[in-house]
Amino acid sequence: MATSSKKKDGWGSSVGVIFAVAGSAVGLANFLRFPGNVAQFGGGAFMLAYFVSLLVIALPVAWAEWTLGRYGGQQGYHSCPGILFSIGKKPIFKYLGLLGVIIPLVIFMYYVYVEAWCLGYAVNFALDNLHFGEIKDSSEFWLNFVGAYQDGSAVGFGVKQVGIYLLIVFALNMMLIYRGISKGIEVFCRYALPTLIVIAIIVLIKVMTLGTPNAAKPMWNIENGLGFMWNPTKVYLEEKLPNGNWTRGDEIIGRKNLDSKEALVAAEPDTYRLKEMTVWDQLRRPKLWLIAASQVFFSLSVGFGIVLTYSSYMKKDDDVVLSSLSAASANEFAEVGLGGLISIPAAYAFLGAAGVMGQTLFGLGFNVLPMVFSVMPLGALFGFLFFFLLFLAGVNAAISTLQPGVAFLEENLNIGRKRSVAIIGTITLMGASFVIWFSKDLKALDSLNFWAADFLIYVIACIQVIIFGWIFGIDKGFNELHRGAAIRIPNIFKYVIKYLCPLFLLTIFALWLLLDVFGLGGTGIDQRILDLTGHGDIPPNPVAWMSVGIIVMLLIFMGLIVASNPRYKKLNY
Amino acid sequence: MTIGGWIIMLLSVSSVTMLMIWCIYKVLTTPGETEHIHGFEQKTPDEDED
Repeated sequence: MATSSKKKDGWGSSVGVIFAVAGSAVGLANFLRFPGNVAQFGGGAFMLAYFVSLLVIALPVAWAEWTLGRYGGQQGYHSCPGILFSIGKKPIFKYLGLLGVIIPLVIFMYYVYVEAWCLGYAVNFALDNLHFGEIKDSSEFWLNFVGAYQDGSAVGFGVKQVGIYLLIVFALNMMLIYRGISKGIEVFCRYALPTLIVIAIIVLIKVMTLGTPNAAKPMWNIENGLGFMWNPTKVYLEEKLPNGNWTRGDEIIGRKNLDSKEALVAAEPDTYRLKEMTVWDQLRRPKLWLIAASQVFFSLSVGFGIVLTYSSYMKKDDDVVLSSLSAASANEFAEVGLGGLISIPAAYAFLGAAGVMGQTLFGLGFNVLPMVFSVMPLGALFGFLFFFLLFLAGVNAAISTLQPGVAFLEENLNIGRKRSVAIIGTITLMGASFVIWFSKDLKALDSLNFWAADFLIYVIACIQVIIFGWIFGIDKGFNELHRGAAIRIPNIFKYVIKYLCPLFLLTIFALWLLLDVFGLGGTGIDQRILDLTGHGDIPPNPVAWMSVGIIVMLLIFMGLIVASNPRYKKLNY
Repeated sequence: MTIGGWIIMLLSVSSVTMLMIWCIYKVLTTPGETEHIHGFEQKTPDEDED
């Protein structure tokens, strides 16, 4: 049964409630993961795909998941397998629901690592260790800090190594979830989150006024950085090689840059040419859509079980429409309005296009932001505050990724919270140890992130929206969605949820399989697939295989638990 | 930055900001709504165990 929240007793403030909802959305993904994804794909095309994904995919999936969760909670189920089984009424659904347990659990294994980076950077800013003259010094510090040069090198306990911070962060997360978290989250949302937003706005203003930090690279400036992030069309200079092939150089941004390149092409037309990639050329890449959609899912914590679990605790007439929309809006403001505008233009101003695109997913913020703080008055203080508050946001978000696993074990093994947390803690400690040990090139983090947070999120989101629209029934679902709602979603979204959203998801997925997995179309196979298969003289990557192995083993382990749950057997229809 | 870039940026940032402001407005002006919206801050029923 849904449990009434005690939060109103301690709050006494409508604004506090709003921040509580926002707190469930704002996290590391806004300030670190989103800029990393934008950097890799760049441009207005990614942003277009992102917003289309938000409207056509993420919001419909969010509404479906909040509704299914609240409904399942009313039936007495609080984990994804139970909720989906109680709605789908066939055994397959309890196994499909396992994804809603595995994905957040796997995410926690590397998310806690990134939290540790934030804490480590906060401490080092407080000790004024992060005052860099050049971007390469900042990058060097980060690569050593996270152990990117060699496996096992992150397992150190100095101030400038991530090991000690990971221990602290992991213990803190476990202590908080072990003892109960609602009070802590209340305090965070009331004080730390608003402070984080204010600090982020101050940093944003500083970034927007950075101008050209490196006089030797006048094209590397904030305006061109904004162009990198938002321009819908990309222009590249291509150079002809002696063998007759053309090779693509950096993206050309800015009028002066373009003028100089046009002059070069006019002077040497046989050696150079300009290649324009329109927004439609970019939007034809299925992987761009896959990543854009996955980023929205990850960022909103939608589609992979967390919302399903938490909404199962709601009362039957609580408002899922405005809850989900409010959380989404706060998330998008933090992500697009703050996170993206802070990191990407600053990264471009310090690194240029090639440097930005060469960053790892989470690494961009840690390489670039110290440079921003280095040129700010009271930079060390702002750097400490920013990364410490980001750390707190990370703790808040990380704990939410543990709850689906905790609820799963409680429901399936009939054990209490503390025992469940102990088991989850053991599993995730092993996973986090795997991530921190195999830190070379951040391979373990990257592999787990792709397979759990890009690939499997997509799968479970698709499953949930199909269940909502086709099995639960779109009319029944829409009525259930609007129970207790203060606003009405336009009826067009019935068709969006039932037809357009699944079609969109399945089409992108099919195209990604054909083009990026099987390599049809000549665009090349996805690197994560090549990590598993090997290519040319490069053998399969064992860390990538171990990452997939971890996910498979968890699926088997939890599948066996689900298969033997007598409570689910009673549900067999 | 091109004209297209400025348009996309200004539309994107303003729309997410306006959406957030509108949501806050709806929450604050709908009677009793603060009792019925939730994030992940809820006290889960198992927190009182053991």
